[in-house]
Amino acid sequence: MVKEIERAGIPVVHICTVVPISLTVGANRIVPAVAIPHPLGNPALSKEDEKALRKQLVLKALKALETEVHGQTVFDK
Amino acid sequence: MIKVVHYINQFYGGIGGEEKADIRPEVREGVVGPGMALQGALGNDAKIVATIICGDSYFNENLEEATEEILQMVKNYEPDLFIAGPAFNAGRYGVACGTICKAVKEKLNIPVVSGMYPENPGVDMFKKDIYIIETANAATGMRKALPAIAKLGMKLAKGEAIGSPAEEGYIARGVRKNIFREERGSKRAVNMLVAKLKGEPFETEYPMPDFDRVAPNPAVKDLKNAKIALVTSGGIVPKGNPDRIEASSASKYGKYDIEGVMDLTQETYETAHGGYDPVYANQDADRVLPVDVLRELEKEGVIGKLHRYFYTTVGNGTSVANAKKFASTFAQELVADGVQAVILTST
Repeated sequence: MVKEIERAGIPVVHICTVVPISLTVGANRIVPAVAIPHPLGNPALSKEDEKALRKQLVLKALKALETEVHGQTVFDK
Repeated sequence: MIKVVHYINQFYGGIGGEEKADIRPEVREGVVGPGMALQGALGNDAKIVATIICGDSYFNENLEEATEEILQMVKNYEPDLFIAGPAFNAGRYGVACGTICKAVKEKLNIPVVSGMYPENPGVDMFKKDIYIIETANAATGMRKALPAIAKLGMKLAKGEAIGSPAEEGYIARGVRKNIFREERGSKRAVNMLVAKLKGEPFETEYPMPDFDRVAPNPAVKDLKNAKIALVTSGGIVPKGNPDRIEASSASKYGKYDIEGVMDLTQETYETAHGGYDPVYANQDADRVLPVDVLRELEKEGVIGKLHRYFYTTVGNGTSVANAKKFASTFAQELVADGVQAVILTST
């Protein structure tokens, strides 16, 4: 799906836990996530901390969308 | 006697389904689950001395650590052959089988074989490194897969010559060998063409590699005024799954209006995905589809607007052809709606 969206001309960032799969599939902007059943959350945290964590990940994804890339790039910092 | 160690996931190990996918590796003496039939296929010259079981999510979330732990377990048995799976079309299981096979082969110098459906992501990741027997997409193909895995495994363990992918049933690794043929190339090419014109089967001698890569689009220039859409393969749907998107092998996607929705709650949204433990997503679907924080960022002016609709499907054994079809269809809608960027989340 990432590839078809990219092909249509829309930049897309893939937030996912298993980065090697995303690389194999062909995503260009990749942001590693927390865990398979809760990529953008962590049930062990308090509601507030969890939301802060999610916001941080989404901001990282937005940053990736604002960054020019020339090939597959993993935004893991 | 050829000593074999077999790797399987928590499901085939009889430990549990998705709720147990986070278990750490453990080792059992002898055969477990499909190991029994595998032992039958291997015959009397080989013995499965141990079975290693690991949760698919644990392995994929801790690739390096899990590989290291399992390598140690394999090493203790000093096997002559390592078999993983078969994983059929289970993505995380395939990645686990491929990763551990590659490590056992390279670090311990033990022959390895696995089995997967060609669309399993583990195939593209590891087909160059290891022998992967081509299987059906589901466990119904077990009876056919095990004899082929056993046969190739025994050949590898005995150091016998390995035939072509078509002869042995493994997925082509991209290895080319020089061989002598009875007929010269021009004749073979014409024969192939004639067969093709007649609609008869023929086997190309040089399949073209399939590099389906899409170059990245330019970055978003003006995020503050950009319309951002959310897409997910994590199966988030309005409570009750109104379009009945299948829990696996999805044949459709959903498009849902989130105008005015500030937060996905337990009462309003859930996941239709059958390939991961749904507890966390059902409690709070924002953990998969971050509507709540995008609404905040919209209010704060970080982004222009969150697109009115999100698109969703279940990425669980769903065919590549279907996923491609879904996305090429809705991508046109996204373009027409003036969406400037997409955040796609996967579980």
